[in-house]
Amino acid sequence: MYPNPHVESFINENFIPARFHVKTHPDAMARFGVDWTPTILILDSDGQERHRIEGFLPKDDFLAQVMLGRAQVAFKKGRYEDAESRYREIVARLPGTDAAAEALYWAGVSRYKATADAAALKQTAEAFKTQHTDSAWAKKASVWS
Amino acid sequence: MAIPWREDADRALAEAKESEKPLILDFTAAPM
Repeated sequence: MYPNPHVESFINENFIPARFHVKTHPDAMARFGVDWTPTILILDSDGQERHRIEGFLPKDDFLAQVMLGRAQVAFKKGRYEDAESRYREIVARLPGTDAAAEALYWAGVSRYKATADAAALKQTAEAFKTQHTDSAWAKKASVWS
Repeated sequence: MAIPWREDADRALAEAKESEKPLILDFTAAPM
């Protein structure tokens, strides 16, 4: 996934990046509970883990997962409007990725959290009837229809 | 645009806290 201009640009704009090699930084692997490579962790600014990516992914899937992690940071901080915007960007820009289905689900949750309007959940369930229909996230959203 | 990877976890965590930016940590077995 490196070097890729879209991935590099997103990382540089959104994160403090750190890299640890399995042979030279076994201490860091133990510290963060990493047992396999490649593993990517996304932590909030207080050092709390918010997203984990284990194993290789093609470029678009990797970028979508990193964007998902960034959205999760906003969600866990209670910044629901920012989170929804970030989730919907994944759905719009990278619709063929597995992360897009998860992002569609959490976009609906974010809108509900921001507005307390249950219609956001119902609309999300409706969206899953035509998008990512075979995903686990469609099953999870089906209870809202 | 190269990514300026840090290699010191404590410094990266401190930088993240000060700048209020999240971190991305890449654990790899590939040549660096």
